[in-house]
Amino acid sequence: MNFFLTVVLDGLIQASWLFIVALGLTLVFGVLKILNIAHGSFYALGAYIAATAVTLVAAHSLPPSVGFAAMLVSVALIASAVGLLLERGLLKMFYGRDEVVLLLGTYAVFLILEDVTKLIWGVNPIYATQPYELFGTFEFAGLYYVGYDLVLLPISAAIGFLVWFGLNRTITGKIVLAVIHNEEMSVSMGVRVNRVYAASFAFGVLLAATAGALTAPKISMQPGLSSDVIILSFAIVVIGGLGSVQGAAVGALLVGVARAASVHLMPQAELFVIYLIMAGVLMFRPEGLFQRETARRI
Amino acid sequence: MKQGPHLLVMIALVAAATLFGRVLPTWTLSLATVAASNALIALGIVVLARTGNVSFGQGLFFAAGGYGVALIANAWGITDAVVQMLIGAVCGGLLGLVIGPLIARYSGIFFGMLTLALSMVFYGALVKSVALGGSDGFNVGRPSLFGMVFTDPREADFMLYAVSVVTTGFAGIAATILFRSELGLISLAVRENNLRVEYLGISANRIITINFVIAAVFAGASGAFALMAQRHIDPQFAYWTTSGEFVFVAVLAGYQSVAAVFVASMALELVRSFSNLYLPNTWQLVLGVFLLAVILFLPSGIGSLWIKQRRKRIEPAAAVPIAAREEIAQ
Repeated sequence: MNFFLTVVLDGLIQASWLFIVALGLTLVFGVLKILNIAHGSFYALGAYIAATAVTLVAAHSLPPSVGFAAMLVSVALIASAVGLLLERGLLKMFYGRDEVVLLLGTYAVFLILEDVTKLIWGVNPIYATQPYELFGTFEFAGLYYVGYDLVLLPISAAIGFLVWFGLNRTITGKIVLAVIHNEEMSVSMGVRVNRVYAASFAFGVLLAATAGALTAPKISMQPGLSSDVIILSFAIVVIGGLGSVQGAAVGALLVGVARAASVHLMPQAELFVIYLIMAGVLMFRPEGLFQRETARRI
Repeated sequence: MKQGPHLLVMIALVAAATLFGRVLPTWTLSLATVAASNALIALGIVVLARTGNVSFGQGLFFAAGGYGVALIANAWGITDAVVQMLIGAVCGGLLGLVIGPLIARYSGIFFGMLTLALSMVFYGALVKSVALGGSDGFNVGRPSLFGMVFTDPREADFMLYAVSVVTTGFAGIAATILFRSELGLISLAVRENNLRVEYLGISANRIITINFVIAAVFAGASGAFALMAQRHIDPQFAYWTTSGEFVFVAVLAGYQSVAAVFVASMALELVRSFSNLYLPNTWQLVLGVFLLAVILFLPSGIGSLWIKQRRKRIEPAAAVPIAAREEIAQ
């Protein structure tokens, strides 16, 4: 029982940040129909920026709570700017091209960002652990948990709820949904699809970078971070169904718990298990768990 | 592609390319070997892409071929390059026969994702298998040819270059014949609309499976060459970035010309090794910029530099948006 609880709690903690990354990926796919390989790089970018912010704050001997706030604000600003720049400056030239070409375009962005982060932050691992102690530790069912990890759960749930609420209950959200469902019809109804594209992409980048910032105190930032994360979030999004918010949540939970379980039971099977789930889901529900079948041309 | 070059012309081209290796400097020789082997696997992707499906997991068959050869060669003491290549092709093909029928039902992005997932499962399994050296992999011996052992590294390099160029060249000729054959033409029809093909009484899944197995055979043989060239194998063979590069070669080449695949593969290797040499810390950046430039300025691939569009339908980049538009219009 105790073991079961541990796995579930560890899985939830994993799922909390994975969900935020996957949410961004799934939104960008829904609106722009791009499976963004560079998404993992935005996560890494967020983590690195957060580390710099935290280190700067700590250098001025301000309390870690200021560091926590500083990292979120700086990441939000830089990530939105990077997202807007990339969409307006580069991606818009690819619209209307083959899916594979779009995928390769984002792969190129991934390669470029990989080296840019190396150029700025170097290849040695960097840390930003100060905010990690911010919320103390809790004892739960005989095990000690770092408060910071547990705080991620409500943050992630809040972000998920806000995105769901924003999409389904506000005018802006309805416009985005309209673009997701039928771009041409939205254009004819007077929706500025270009703006929706730019804003959605920037928001996707923002989500990835926020997840990076939130996890920055927990991990060491080093090259290779982005490709690990993109591989995980791909699996989540495909399991849940491309473009589905609920799907991203369920996918993140499945992957988080599977990852936690395999870490406890068979650490050698971690990546294996996740991709086995993904292959299994694709075998039986190729559109993912939460995607309706779409009409096709006969 | 009815007006393609004559068979004898193509064979002469392969022979010329092989002999050309004699005058190439040593460093280009190993580069060209890698390029030829990458061209082989990219050719498989082009074959498969003619059915409208792009595999992002060719690394699976690449690694299967490589590991298959390495294990069998180590166990039975086989060093012959041609035999190793054949073993690789058989390993890739067998795995393709198992996976092909399962995967043929999927299309578009799901096909790509499923192939990616399978290759990553394989990667995960390889990394954790202690018997196969885990993430470090293991080494294999120097290949020989028809009982000849090459002690001079230059001769050994040339031998490998010759075998890989001849193999890839003949694969290219086979692909050209395939593209003009009934199967090749039906493949194009499957890409246009698989349901209509089914209505005509042909199994679209079977067509996709056959093309998939051909691609797997090419990938397996390519894995064998990569193994012989590096004399080392590790799970990186199955990693998604490896597969991504092969897709890149295929897209860079475009879908119009078989020769373009070789040129594209060589161009990529040159860009990679030059930027590796002169800009060791930013070679990925250079590669990324190169990739973007090609996608932006050569939308139909390198092949479009010397092949004027014979038929618009050959080029999926033009076909897919039309299909998408019709879908939206429904």
